[in-house]
Amino acid sequence: MIRARALEKRYGDKRVLRGLDLEVERGGFLVVTGPNGSGKTTLLRLCVGLAQPTAGELEVDVSRGRLGFLAHEPLVYRELTALENLDLYGRLYRVPERRERIGMLLERFRLWEARRERVGSYSRGMLQRLALCRAFLHEPDLYVLDEPFTALDAEGAELLDRELAERRERGTFLVATHAPARFEALATAQVAIVQ
Amino acid sequence: MSYLTDIGALARKDLRLELRARDTLPAMLLFVVSALVVFHFTLPQGASRLAAFGLLWVALIFTALLGLTRCFAAEREQDVLDGLVLAPSDRSAIWLGKAIAMLAFLVAAEVVALPAFALFFGPGIDGRTLAGVALADLGICTVGTLLAGMAAASRARELLLPLLFLPLAIPIVIGGVGASVNGGVRYVEFLVLYDAIFAIICWASFEYVVTE
Repeated sequence: MIRARALEKRYGDKRVLRGLDLEVERGGFLVVTGPNGSGKTTLLRLCVGLAQPTAGELEVDVSRGRLGFLAHEPLVYRELTALENLDLYGRLYRVPERRERIGMLLERFRLWEARRERVGSYSRGMLQRLALCRAFLHEPDLYVLDEPFTALDAEGAELLDRELAERRERGTFLVATHAPARFEALATAQVAIVQ
Repeated sequence: MSYLTDIGALARKDLRLELRARDTLPAMLLFVVSALVVFHFTLPQGASRLAAFGLLWVALIFTALLGLTRCFAAEREQDVLDGLVLAPSDRSAIWLGKAIAMLAFLVAAEVVALPAFALFFGPGIDGRTLAGVALADLGICTVGTLLAGMAAASRARELLLPLLFLPLAIPIVIGGVGASVNGGVRYVEFLVLYDAIFAIICWASFEYVVTE
């Protein structure tokens, strides 16, 4: 589903990625590790199409609407409620039975009680849960997740473990993390980016 | 049909954000009224109708610019634009939704500004001026929203937007002042042509503005 050959990315004079090769088969679960600044986030942004490679080849065999991207930022509006944010994304992604799906996800991630609160009042952990709801809302085929366990408490981490295990059979995963041990049971491959 | 639904959802979102945050429209209202008050005292007694209309258009253009600087503020805050860009909808819907919301803010500011202008400066607002303002609003919002999107990606966005917008607003000012003062149909036609050409250019190019 993802194939990269001699992938390179520069921002001006700064080379962020150099000569990266990787392949993720459909149904695979690739964990990407590496120190801070090694280019993990850049790789993920390249794979979802938010950045373009400077050199090399990158093929991602999935349409834009079938991608589920979890970024560093939650990609939600602070002045809107969780319900309003997810409703907007649900409309844009043409999610069938949108309201039911939103309700189900908010309940699963224990955000139902706070669904009508403005997102600006959420804690960092609640924002991460909402970001996960947003990324999972349209049942993507390819999950591109940047540090998905960031800011989650023990309960949130357990919820995400369960969610990933459930979705593992239905999707392909590309996950950047500093804690690869969390994904040991799920991962089919691991790539370490060295600076 | 889904394209229109996307535009509607995006425009409603911007209007809702403004209703909650109230950080664009009140500033625009305050600015336009303040500018007209300042102009009222700076314009000499017995100054021509031509000069008064010129100042109205200065006030309107800078009021619009003030609104445009906030146009993508909510998206910038938490990189929300990335989320919108990744959605399967046509990316021009983001531009059109924003332009519609911006148009609503500008019209709301003008609902206050035009009667205030008539009060301070005397000359009444006739149909041709209203037509000129309406057509100018369309041009300002289509071009301004695209340029605001471009500037949003830059660190020097507050500087960049006026530098990009004001030169492109010159034809709008010429057409608007011409329609207000001369009342010539050709100025209205000129504004229609400007709007049509720039709407097509902006619609076709927004995709390249929001992607690398």
